[in-house]
Amino acid sequence: MYDCTDLGAFKGVWVFCEQREGKLNTTSFELLSEGRKLADDLGAELCGLLIGDQVEGLAAELGGYGADKVFVAESPLLKTYTTDAYTKVLCDAVMEKKPEVVLIGATNIGRDLGPRCAARLHTGLTADATHLDIDTAKYLDFLRETSTIDVDSMKWDMEDKGLKMTRPAFGGHLMATIICPRFRPQMSTVRPGVMKCAEFDEAKSKAVKVEKLNISLTEDDIKTKVLEIVKETKEIIDLIGAEVIVSVGQGISKDPEKGIELAKNLADALGGGVIGASRAIVDAGILSGDHQVGQTGKTVRPKIYVALGISGAIQHKAGMQDSEYIIAVNKQETAPIFEVADYSIVGDLFTVVPMMIDALKEEK
Amino acid sequence: MKYIVCVKQVPDTSGKVAVKEDGTMDRSKMATIINPDDLNAVEAALALKDKNEGAKVVVVSMGPPPAARMLHELLAMGADEAVLVSGREFGGSDTFATSQILAGAISHIGVDANDVIFCGRQAIDGDTAQVGPQIAEKLGIPQVSYAADIEQKGTKLTVKRVLEDGYMNIEVETPCLVTCIKELNTPRYMTPRGILEFDKKPYSVYDFEMLKDEPLIELDTIGLKGSPTNVYKSFSPPVKGAGKMIDATEDGISAMVKELAEKHII
Amino acid sequence: MILDEKRLLMQKLCREFAENEFTDELLDRLEETGDFDYDIFKKMGEYGFCGMKIPVEFGGQGGDSLDYVMMVEEFAKVSPVLAIYANTSNSLGGGPLLICGNDEQKAKYLPDVAQGKKIMSFCLTEPGAGSDAGGTITTAVEDGDYFVLNGRKTFVSGAPVADYAVVFAKTDTTQKGSRGISMFIVDMKLPGVSCGKPEHKMGIVGYPTCDVILENVRVHKDDMVGKRDKGFGAAMATLDGGRLGVAAQALGIAEGAFNEAVKYAKERKQFGKPIADFQAISFMLADMATEIEAARELIYSTALKKDAGDPDASKLCAMSKYFASEMCNRVCYKAVQIHGGYGYIKEYKVERFYRDARITSIYEGTSQVQQMVISGNILKK
Repeated sequence: MYDCTDLGAFKGVWVFCEQREGKLNTTSFELLSEGRKLADDLGAELCGLLIGDQVEGLAAELGGYGADKVFVAESPLLKTYTTDAYTKVLCDAVMEKKPEVVLIGATNIGRDLGPRCAARLHTGLTADATHLDIDTAKYLDFLRETSTIDVDSMKWDMEDKGLKMTRPAFGGHLMATIICPRFRPQMSTVRPGVMKCAEFDEAKSKAVKVEKLNISLTEDDIKTKVLEIVKETKEIIDLIGAEVIVSVGQGISKDPEKGIELAKNLADALGGGVIGASRAIVDAGILSGDHQVGQTGKTVRPKIYVALGISGAIQHKAGMQDSEYIIAVNKQETAPIFEVADYSIVGDLFTVVPMMIDALKEEK
Repeated sequence: MKYIVCVKQVPDTSGKVAVKEDGTMDRSKMATIINPDDLNAVEAALALKDKNEGAKVVVVSMGPPPAARMLHELLAMGADEAVLVSGREFGGSDTFATSQILAGAISHIGVDANDVIFCGRQAIDGDTAQVGPQIAEKLGIPQVSYAADIEQKGTKLTVKRVLEDGYMNIEVETPCLVTCIKELNTPRYMTPRGILEFDKKPYSVYDFEMLKDEPLIELDTIGLKGSPTNVYKSFSPPVKGAGKMIDATEDGISAMVKELAEKHII
Repeated sequence: MILDEKRLLMQKLCREFAENEFTDELLDRLEETGDFDYDIFKKMGEYGFCGMKIPVEFGGQGGDSLDYVMMVEEFAKVSPVLAIYANTSNSLGGGPLLICGNDEQKAKYLPDVAQGKKIMSFCLTEPGAGSDAGGTITTAVEDGDYFVLNGRKTFVSGAPVADYAVVFAKTDTTQKGSRGISMFIVDMKLPGVSCGKPEHKMGIVGYPTCDVILENVRVHKDDMVGKRDKGFGAAMATLDGGRLGVAAQALGIAEGAFNEAVKYAKERKQFGKPIADFQAISFMLADMATEIEAARELIYSTALKKDAGDPDASKLCAMSKYFASEMCNRVCYKAVQIHGGYGYIKEYKVERFYRDARITSIYEGTSQVQQMVISGNILKK
């Protein structure tokens, strides 16, 4: 009998390893890298859950990023993602194996699958976590570093081994740490691009154990029919992987074409980079949503982030403030973007950016 | 045929945000708006209603009594009926408990074979995107999330479901639940006549008493007590110390570039 | 005035529509070409704005005068000219029919006008009859089932794009002054109807204005609106409502210019601080805000009183227009002044508001005519 309140019966950390067309997505590796730390703090096993059709061959790759074991669920019915099939397989596996923690990447698919599973399993699900802790001492270190909470004047349960899942709320205005004390597994979707990916470990890759799951799934279980999958041939804007991002905001609106051209030239002068955008620019249709940085867009942490004509609404800052170096150009000296910038330049981007490009060329 | 749309009133986080001393948001000081994605859901329902004579649109929201204003606005936009789910017992619900209550309220309205339930993808206060799929699970009906296009032919819906690198076209039978994104449509405005006559349309408030016989509504699955997750701690994100001010002159900028080079940033 | 929930929703609707739909691109296009924009007009019609004050049974929205002035105000805040697009059918266009048309006439003309499918213009002024509308010399001579109209109407707003015109003509030339005038609906496609060249105007560019020339135009008797020889009263009653609309437009223009001035005063720095920090500027802003508020209260309460049949309504409508339009000119003057040289440049929005403001104290009765109406009302008692 499966009992989601029998806390002691649940062991191990699981990562749902999303693959599309036989290719694992990088979020899976990020989650395994993070899951490894959690499993170590729990003294438990880290398992990958691989669902698809003929995907067993991917297990070794998961091992390389930290999985001790990979559960593989295979069926032609699992070739492409459907909510019903994946939910059934994941929930059946959880009920059989009883993991203590289940992590799912907060991709468009993960955010479809996660809540449906949590509802079926009668447990909590934290959405889009950006930080995870098991160990209370480590959590307190995190608070010391990132909050104004007077950690040391408060009482904490240092023995607590519950998962503490921290996420931004209210468009990034607040951070909230969520716990799920009464039910298992403790589930979270995790924001792509936030957790650092570990180095690939050849030895672990070879040592990974694989266990095939017996699944019971029929066509009748699947109420939706995928008619077609279309890849958009649009240029891929890899904000998450970029070393250099030059983002544009409303400051370019008096001449958007020129503004974007300047941003591209500046990115080139910085050794090549990707163009980002504030929500205002995306909403105005000047750049597509793939360029959007911020709470409702992508979270980025490049080496250099240049904000051109971006005032720095909290939604935007939430997506870029962890960048290593931030350079901001804005006409308004009171623009909030300057609060997070390492280098603040008050001026018109249309005159400042050409000067930056010249200076960079000269430096080379 | 019914289109049931779940909507939420949210604080407008686009402007200044009031934070209380304990680090939580001071909702009383903030303007409220209809959650943007939910407006796309309402528009999706209204657009399908326009094409299907005899269909009606019912909007449902869980929230405190002032959320009535939002429902009035949706009636003025063209919705036919509104239901406000409101009660002390429902307070403090997380997404699990919220979906439990909304699923209970929707069951109370009744889901027929050719009905469709619409939700926005996510609300801007929580950004969880969980309530839609969880309502679908609790009602035992299929879901399609991230809808960017919807076509209905009888009891079949074809939905363009957006992925990061493209999209899927998915066929699903009614009754089903669809979560909507802003690419789906442009929400219509209210009309003057809609505003003048919204109070002629059916409007109900469901409290715990009214819903307690619904199988989904149990005191241990709703409200704070029925919520699997709790907030352990909440805090304001760190404010990074202000950096260097650079003169917007050739000299100032070339000095900055030199410094970046010296630090091996470039 | 404390507004209830429906009023606030109406305000919100009109504000959101104007802010989203009256884009800078559209406003610039209107200014550059001077042409009527059918797309935005169609959208206004579909949403029902053109029929705001027209009863539901005639295809309108069933709003009252306060709903109507709030709409004109919100639209004018963003675009004084586009405010007229939605205004005309509710005031000078549809007004005469609402006041004294019979049910057949209302059913025939109002639904299309209320839904923005047809445009109706108002032809009262003549080259020799401006403020003194009683000097009308356009004639309508009975001929069987028809009246034959001859004459020239001038400064007719919207005439180049109108489908119908409300025309005032002398049906009894033996009666003096404002007597013996009747009102007709004239289909602009009738033989003998022609338009003059569109005028080059100082402001309100994008809503063309021209003369309407009537040469032996045969109008059926069924299209005579109201009682024969009693049209002047209907014209004056229509103008009461129209004046309230112009007052609301002036209020909106003042608010639009004021908002620009506040924004600019906070941004613009001189002597090391924002100019808003100087009393010379901040006191101007205080005066502007106070006058705007006073005008709004006067206009809103007049709207309610007019609908309630208050005997002072005609006087209050004149007062609203007189005060709001003069106030609007003062506010726009100051708004440009605060902008300094930039206010004189077309790139800045106050430049357009300043030009658009000027007409409000002229059309539908100059400020001096309003003074006549107001004083006439006071002294006749």
